[in-house]
Amino acid sequence: MSSLIAWILRAIPFGTIIMYGAMGEIVTEKSGNLNLGVPGIMYLGGFAGFASAFLYENNTSNPSKLVCILLSLVCCLIASVLGGLIFSFLTITLRANQNVTGLALTTFGMGVANFFGVFILNGKSYSAAPLANSAYSAKMPGLSDLGVAGDILFGYGFLVYLAIVIAVLLHIFLNKTRVGLNLRAVGENPATADAAGINVTRYKYIATCVGAGLSGVGGLYYVLDYNSGIWATTGQIEALGWLAVALVIFTTWRPLNAIWGAYLFGVLYWLYQFLPSLLGFTVASYVTDLIQMVPYVVTIIVLIVTSLRKKKENQPPAHLGLAYFREER
Amino acid sequence: MECAISLKHITKTFGSVVANKDVSLDIYKGEILSLLGENGSGKTTLLNMIAGIYYPDSGEVFVNGKPVEIRSPRDAYQLGIGMIHQHFKLVDVFSATENIALGLDAKEKFDLKQVRKKAQEICDKYQFDMDFDQKVYAMSVSQKQTLEIIKVLYRGADILILDEPTAVLTPQETEKLFQVIRNMRADGKSVVIITHKLHEVLAISDRVSILRKGEYVGTVETKDATESLLTEMMVGKKVELNIDRPIPQNPVKRLEIRNLSVTSPEGVRVLSDINFDAFGGEILGIAGVSGNGQKELLEAIAGLQTVESGGSVKYYNSEDGQGPAMEVIGKNPRVIRNAGIHMSFVPEDRLGMGLVGSMGMTGNMMLKSYDSGKALFLDQKSPKNLAERIKEELEVVTPGINTPVSRLSGGNVQKVLVGREIADAPMVLMTAYAVRGLDINTSYAIYDLLNQQKKKGVAVIYVGEDLDVLLALCDKIMVLCAGRVNGIVDGRTATKEQVGLLMTKLQEGGNKNE
Repeated sequence: MSSLIAWILRAIPFGTIIMYGAMGEIVTEKSGNLNLGVPGIMYLGGFAGFASAFLYENNTSNPSKLVCILLSLVCCLIASVLGGLIFSFLTITLRANQNVTGLALTTFGMGVANFFGVFILNGKSYSAAPLANSAYSAKMPGLSDLGVAGDILFGYGFLVYLAIVIAVLLHIFLNKTRVGLNLRAVGENPATADAAGINVTRYKYIATCVGAGLSGVGGLYYVLDYNSGIWATTGQIEALGWLAVALVIFTTWRPLNAIWGAYLFGVLYWLYQFLPSLLGFTVASYVTDLIQMVPYVVTIIVLIVTSLRKKKENQPPAHLGLAYFREER
Repeated sequence: MECAISLKHITKTFGSVVANKDVSLDIYKGEILSLLGENGSGKTTLLNMIAGIYYPDSGEVFVNGKPVEIRSPRDAYQLGIGMIHQHFKLVDVFSATENIALGLDAKEKFDLKQVRKKAQEICDKYQFDMDFDQKVYAMSVSQKQTLEIIKVLYRGADILILDEPTAVLTPQETEKLFQVIRNMRADGKSVVIITHKLHEVLAISDRVSILRKGEYVGTVETKDATESLLTEMMVGKKVELNIDRPIPQNPVKRLEIRNLSVTSPEGVRVLSDINFDAFGGEILGIAGVSGNGQKELLEAIAGLQTVESGGSVKYYNSEDGQGPAMEVIGKNPRVIRNAGIHMSFVPEDRLGMGLVGSMGMTGNMMLKSYDSGKALFLDQKSPKNLAERIKEELEVVTPGINTPVSRLSGGNVQKVLVGREIADAPMVLMTAYAVRGLDINTSYAIYDLLNQQKKKGVAVIYVGEDLDVLLALCDKIMVLCAGRVNGIVDGRTATKEQVGLLMTKLQEGGNKNE
């Protein structure tokens, strides 16, 4: 029982990281832009958030938690939106190939984060921002003391709940508002949207940048909460970024599915550690890598199933990955 | 009569091509006007300028007597003009309601229920049938068209322009559409229909305006119009072209088509029960307004098109044409080629289906020979020699045989393609719109090439759009209309009016096959 609880307590924060990444990518892809730079953007967001919190903590005599949160969030958003802006400029304005640009952005984001990380690390193997960590991972007072249920439901930092709220808001935005309808039209059929008087370029830019900002928060959450506010040479962000991209497919581009999908991915990812102990046997270490693959396998199964069912609603936006030229109509 | 729209001296050019030249046209309030013309006569271009898709180079547009500038579809909507294009502008995964709501004035409250209610009122008024919750991808072509019309009416259009609305409809659906159009006229709206089908013009419109080669020919009241008058206005007088036409030398049957029918993936019957023969040493012209089955016919003969069972395409491959025939239906192009059938196809889409634009001449020659020979590496030499030879003989203007062909001019691209196909020494040579977009000299060079092949005993099939060329070049002309063979005439004796009429009006005999 206790290991089951530990499993959930591990899976939900893990899921939250990729939920942010996936929600950002859903917004981006709804505009028809396939941004494979999610891992890079999560790096940028995570690093900017950590660096700002770290510098603030260490250079202020009496740092406040609230300022720490606001500062790191703002820096994270600026950095990741800039990443989205690079992608937008290259693919929308210059009509560069989206796949290539996205992959380059991933490499770029990793490089930038690791390069500037050297100055933060300053020769050490890791550096920590304990105040920011305590601010981000602060549990809800009162509710989290209600025993096991309190732990499972209320035992996380505020970004976990914010993610759920954002997912619900995104669902309402995409399905119930005029701007959401227009955005979906841009991703499905930009020529039609253009003829209806919708500014396709503006929608693509804004959706890609907002999406990048959201994805970046995933990186921030990883460093300052999940990873206990420690910046080390964090190669795991990349793996998480790709998992977020896989999650987008898994959700069939629906934000509400991202909530349970992300937690499911978290459960599956930690399967290797908790399931054997739950069932009372041990597995060899080489098997764990194999088991960590399960979320990807599940994604492939979802792809196969949705392809077989051929339901149009479960397909990616029809114009995903393609640049739009008005003259081509 | 009061003018809803009045066009004065409109000219529009695309590069060096003049699409509309000094066209003046009036559209009255509460009338149905047909705009009639052949392919490329500038009908769609002219009306796109009213709909805000294009902007005229010169000339003026008056709406309700006032001069206006229409720079975008949105401007057109605000003036009460709505156009229903041939390619629908709908989002597949959206419901009908969502499609109507798309791009509506942002100042209004976003309320799909309200949109739906208002749209339902429009439906009741004009007697449309529409399920507003249905997704567009689940709709038939005619439902999509209805949705487009509702969309336009919802935005308050008083002037509706329909671009070839019946091209994709069944006769029953067409009748339903016409009823709706009459209801709209009764409501005081002006409707313009772009079409090339004479019987529809006569059935629905109040007046007919005719364009030919981008120029305005005239307008007649439908009640005074006859099919022969309209045809003559549409195709114009015969132009002498002086294209060489040698007498066919002992023609032998090369190709036999029987009961060929094709249904498109959308369920429309694009070819119905086609029967004809093609003979070596003859040029068989195929005339018809584009989209009447030409593409499918050629692709079926080339083995690229799935046909309905019962159809047959037979080749008589032996030298004298007497040997056993070979059936190609059900075989793919590679099998057909390996079976020894020498057939060449110059498709309409030169850089899509015919050549690879980013490769040079040599590379494109290699596309036909890459799988010959058993060596580990490709044989580069013979394609290179062939490319050199074609460049020399056909006077292809290119910086070098390795320059990507997409950088060549249209005429040179066509020469490369035709040259490659001819080099194969075909028994049957099919060309689709071989001179489209080519200048006069290159066109004549292509005619010469086709005549050379004819003299060699090749059965040449020439799909064309210019009736003067067809009448000057071909020995026989087969006319397609609505996917049927609407008549086969002798190229030497047929008149332009005769062919024009066959192109636009289905003969009684053709109808019997239904």
